[in-house]
Amino acid sequence: MRSLELAKRNFREVWRDPLSLGITIGLPVLLLLVLQLFGGVDPFFTPTVLAPGIVLFGFVMLMFSSAMILSRDRESALFSRLLTAPVRARDFVAAYSLPYLPVAIIQGILLFAIGLFLGLEVSGSVVLVVLVLLVTAVFYIGLGMVLGSLLPLAPLSGAYAVVLLLTIFGGAWMDLEAIGGVFQSVGNALPFAHALDATRDVMVEGAGFGAIATDFFWVLGYTLVAVALALVFFRRKMTD
Amino acid sequence: MSRAAEGSYSAIRTTSISRTFGELTAVDGIDLSVEQGELFSLLGPNGAGKTTTIKMLCCLLKPTGGTATIMGHDIQKNPLSVKQVIDVSPQETAIAERLNAWENLTLMAGLHGVEKRAARKRSGELLEMMALDGRAKEKVKNYSGGMKRRLSIAMALVSDPRVLFLDEPTLGLDPQSRRAIWEHVERLKGDKTVVLTTHYLEEADALADRVAIIDEGKIVALGTPKELKESISGDQVLVVEAANLADDALDALRQLYPVVRRTENGVEIDGEAANIYDIQDVLRPRGIIIDSTYKKQTSLDDVFLRLTGKQLRQ
Repeated sequence: MRSLELAKRNFREVWRDPLSLGITIGLPVLLLLVLQLFGGVDPFFTPTVLAPGIVLFGFVMLMFSSAMILSRDRESALFSRLLTAPVRARDFVAAYSLPYLPVAIIQGILLFAIGLFLGLEVSGSVVLVVLVLLVTAVFYIGLGMVLGSLLPLAPLSGAYAVVLLLTIFGGAWMDLEAIGGVFQSVGNALPFAHALDATRDVMVEGAGFGAIATDFFWVLGYTLVAVALALVFFRRKMTD
Repeated sequence: MSRAAEGSYSAIRTTSISRTFGELTAVDGIDLSVEQGELFSLLGPNGAGKTTTIKMLCCLLKPTGGTATIMGHDIQKNPLSVKQVIDVSPQETAIAERLNAWENLTLMAGLHGVEKRAARKRSGELLEMMALDGRAKEKVKNYSGGMKRRLSIAMALVSDPRVLFLDEPTLGLDPQSRRAIWEHVERLKGDKTVVLTTHYLEEADALADRVAIIDEGKIVALGTPKELKESISGDQVLVVEAANLADDALDALRQLYPVVRRTENGVEIDGEAANIYDIQDVLRPRGIIIDSTYKKQTSLDDVFLRLTGKQLRQ
């Protein structure tokens, strides 16, 4: 219950900052609208291929926003006050993560709705797509909590750029088999390509859970590690 | 722990509590006991170790030595139990700027587990008490500095804590707002244990049941304001106003009296032994003319100077 009280405050913080919220939700949508214009030139830019990658890009924005609010709070006197309340580290992490789930859901719905309007084809289970994307969203929010717990506000942009590049070159927007070598090995070890493969396999090929289980659990593993690390780092920050 | 059991404990007890930051010792083995319902003040200049002490007692900083209990709960072993009986108004104004005053108060009440109906009632009362009820639904980022500070203090009261820490509550406020906050703090006396840190000596003098003077991380004096003032050669200070008071004259006066403090218009000399004729004998040969002399009551600033050789307000 106490984490819900704080989540409510964080939710208000997010929704009362229309500029940040607009960028977080709007930029991926804009990217989809612009890039799909090249669909006639290269099949990579058709909504069906493009949309899942852009959803991941949106989640990177989400990670940045969640990291920013936590990091900004940590530098404020309000945070010291919050830490003197009888609230556990896990409640804090939940309270800073929860407000971003509705943002992720709105972002996903908006992107897929626009994608469908532009010709996106979904052959598989929508529920399975939602499940994969939800776990992926939690992974990125968890990563945001790790970064927000560790870094002050200034270096966050650098961390954002690194995660964005890892997402792009880790297989979300690049074909790892075409890259090959060390990049392919590293990309396969990271969760991004697995999240994208699972989403595309369900959407385009109508794959069931069994077919995407390896990819799904790969992403889930990373999600659990990210959340656990967020808890560890946040707990450390509670008492210097 | 039941409230009856808590009744047998000091509200706060520290045992050689210390905190170092690398080479710097911010708090150096402080022993304190604050009784329940007492308004206790930690008085000292900036950097004396007041805020570090408060942060340790609020479980925000780990002591590097010693320990402390709040209402019988060990700050290191049971931080969650400690946090259930305390609340704090930090030195900086600590509010959520995008929320309104009402939302800020209900947030803190919720975090402290106050039941919703009680939280609404208490929030309403506090908004009225702090004269913020007229703008309770306005985003607090539009508030003046004084209003923000009053809200910040109200946020510390909404959970109805047993022990309340007020860290420099009137820092940077205009005299009118400062007076208003003093009145609110005065009302808490006896009902709650209040620890007030301040470097405004008149604040400690006016509000505190007992004062600990802290300097360089150590408590250098502890007692009621009256006891502290009486502890230094009576409770009077001789004020001598004289223009162009040279350093050699000051040195000569210091040969006669242990505590001589230069002021804007002359000197202040502690103690009832200060004799105007002796002072004239020092100043006249140096061509210094005394404009006026008068006696005033000893202040905590005088006590601080006597004990540390430094003035509280630099």
